[in-house]
Amino acid sequence: MAMQSTSGVPRPAAAKAVFWRDPNIRAIFYQVLVVAIVGGFVWWLVSNTLENMERQRIASGFGFLGTESGFDIGDTLVHYSPADTYARAIWVGILNTLRVALLGIVLSTILGTLIGIGRLSRNWLLAKICTVYVEAIRNVPLLLQLFVWLSLFRFYLPDKANAVDIIGIKISKKGLQFPVPVENPAYQWVGIAVLVGIVAAFAVSHWARRRQAATGKQFPTVWAGLGLMLGLPLLVFLAAGAPLQWNIPTLGRFGFSGGGEVLPEMTALLLGLTIYTAAFIAEIVRAGILAVNKGQSEAAAALGLRSGTAMRLIILPQALRVIIPPMTSQYLNITKNSSLAIAIGYPDIVAILNTTMNQTGQAVESTVLIMACYLTVSLTISVFMNWYNKRIALVER
Amino acid sequence: MSTTDTTIPNLTPRKKAELLAAAGDPEAVVAPPGGGGGPVLWVRQNLFGSIRDSIITLVLIVVLGWLGYNFLHWALLDATWSGTDAAACRANPDGACWTFIGEKYRFILFGTYPYGEQWRPTIMMIITVMMLAASCDRRMWNWRALAMWIVGGTICGILLFGGVFGLSYVETSSWGGLPVTLVLAVLALAGAFPLAILLALGRRSNLPLIKALCVGFIELIRGVPLISLLIMASVMLPLFLPTGVNIDKLLRALIGFMLFAAAYLAEVIRGGLQAIPKGQYEAADAMGLNYFNKTRLIILPQALRLVIPPLVNTFIGFFKDTSLVYIIGIFDLLTAGDSAVKDPAWRGFANETYLFLAATYFVFCFSMSRYSQYLERDLNKSQRR
Repeated sequence: MAMQSTSGVPRPAAAKAVFWRDPNIRAIFYQVLVVAIVGGFVWWLVSNTLENMERQRIASGFGFLGTESGFDIGDTLVHYSPADTYARAIWVGILNTLRVALLGIVLSTILGTLIGIGRLSRNWLLAKICTVYVEAIRNVPLLLQLFVWLSLFRFYLPDKANAVDIIGIKISKKGLQFPVPVENPAYQWVGIAVLVGIVAAFAVSHWARRRQAATGKQFPTVWAGLGLMLGLPLLVFLAAGAPLQWNIPTLGRFGFSGGGEVLPEMTALLLGLTIYTAAFIAEIVRAGILAVNKGQSEAAAALGLRSGTAMRLIILPQALRVIIPPMTSQYLNITKNSSLAIAIGYPDIVAILNTTMNQTGQAVESTVLIMACYLTVSLTISVFMNWYNKRIALVER
Repeated sequence: MSTTDTTIPNLTPRKKAELLAAAGDPEAVVAPPGGGGGPVLWVRQNLFGSIRDSIITLVLIVVLGWLGYNFLHWALLDATWSGTDAAACRANPDGACWTFIGEKYRFILFGTYPYGEQWRPTIMMIITVMMLAASCDRRMWNWRALAMWIVGGTICGILLFGGVFGLSYVETSSWGGLPVTLVLAVLALAGAFPLAILLALGRRSNLPLIKALCVGFIELIRGVPLISLLIMASVMLPLFLPTGVNIDKLLRALIGFMLFAAAYLAEVIRGGLQAIPKGQYEAADAMGLNYFNKTRLIILPQALRLVIPPLVNTFIGFFKDTSLVYIIGIFDLLTAGDSAVKDPAWRGFANETYLFLAATYFVFCFSMSRYSQYLERDLNKSQRR
């Protein structure tokens, strides 16, 4: 084929090529082919499943959700009894998953950030310990770590009869029992005061920032905010006559009754998730801080900022841009890893739907429900983190 | 001194002294420059650099000392090393019971594999580890690695299954321990890899339907926990297949694992595809290569090389995640260890077993992560000055 310049020469008006050489037709052909293969495969699976289910007389549909579950759940956030429906049991499971995931996200972010900064410390011993922590924790499976925590609790904590008692909080093999205040109508007002305090604290910080931008005058925002958030409820509480009565856990024949409790399974799961994920978050935070140009910390020092202030105002906000995307996937990991609960007996959504599956035999519906729940949660976290990521992203021209 | 001190933020004592000396402070003493200074200076700078550092160091030394002292007593000084039953260990509850590990290590490592035949999984593990080590050499990153793994994999399969060359047949339900963990991790990676390449290419495709299918599959798998896939594979796979087809339990777990691995690997490979400069694609088009040849000859060789370090990291994740098959009752290393712990004759030695298991997992994962770090540094050599 002779080389020729295309400039100036008008392209030959779409020469009538053979139709199978037309890229558009090819594209359609390939897509139809792939979709047909995948669709045929799925159809084959579905028809097999339907046939098998009919043969084994497995019921289908979600009708079982409305029937009585008949199993008890050890750890619930909302009222639940075996007489409740499967739908209610699943709701309990979702709440348990969310509780452990949210607590895990908060705690592992705090621990991970501290360890990540610790690895960069000038203190050699601290940096080395943080490195050893990260390497040791990252390279051992989470499930094994959960077993270890549970085993350590069983091994080293005292029996329920000899529970360690710290100001009414009892720690034993049965978990953590703590006193809770007896319900009182005044608490509603205290709750409202907390909300008002939070709103007021936000307003104060907004005002303080604007005033500092305008006049340069600083305002102790943190202390004022804390005062508003804690002081206001305290005032309401005192004004109501300080009604305080504790519901103290007491040891009966079958264990503790009264008060609140955190079961050892929950503690082991939360501890395991936090410590495991913190090791990954520490690496993300460290990489984020290292990604900030050294000139930034030098400039901060030149401005006379203390190292803590420089970290808070100069380094971390810039590091966040690098940190947030991988952090999102760690938060998703915590949520997904909380499903390991099933192995140590914490009733999360997977454990409860697994029991449901065993009782009703409706494997397809149960699996679909598990996946639907996790997809919803994962999607919600991604959407939120993407929104946050956009908010802190560098605004460029 | 005190007034100047507050204006200077946290600096090392050396920096501070230099600044003060530069400012004309006659009291400032600057240590001689250079690496010298001896251990005393090193300790002073790196452990007791400021009051806060000193406090941190002291607290850490106390905590570490306490932990180390107790661990040393439990694990070594007070431990039980001899005997054949639990009696000696029970008489000595404050120390570790290494007798238990001595009695049980073959069960933990090989599970219920016939005792007399356990040399077979041993050789299989040695071959696998040697192949893993050989694959670390960059001269192997071509058809040689593929050939090696096919030959080695066949030998490993013959060793584990038996049934030929006078070896007795051992069915997969008797397999257990570390060989199962290795088989799951390696086969999941090998099986998922081709699918992952297709998924990654599909996700980068211009054809909307193919792209949608690939994105849908990847995001679905990545959005749900591995356990739900394993449960699905173990419970629902028999339903999916035609009536009468029975599928091995280990294979079911492996299929669930492969789907999981494919989605994650696809994202890793996509990273490599995106990192290739657009000019490479355009140059391939200009050469008149069609899509298949462009991908095979130009794009994939470069992209796959780029993603080897993250690939090793993903493999470390898979290796750890194989432990999840515990939940569906496959006898891997963790399950074997857990069964050993539950032996009624040896109740109460969980900590020793878990330490042994953790050490085994750690050796594998840590060496792989070290290799990945070395590789990353080595591959970036050209970009550093």
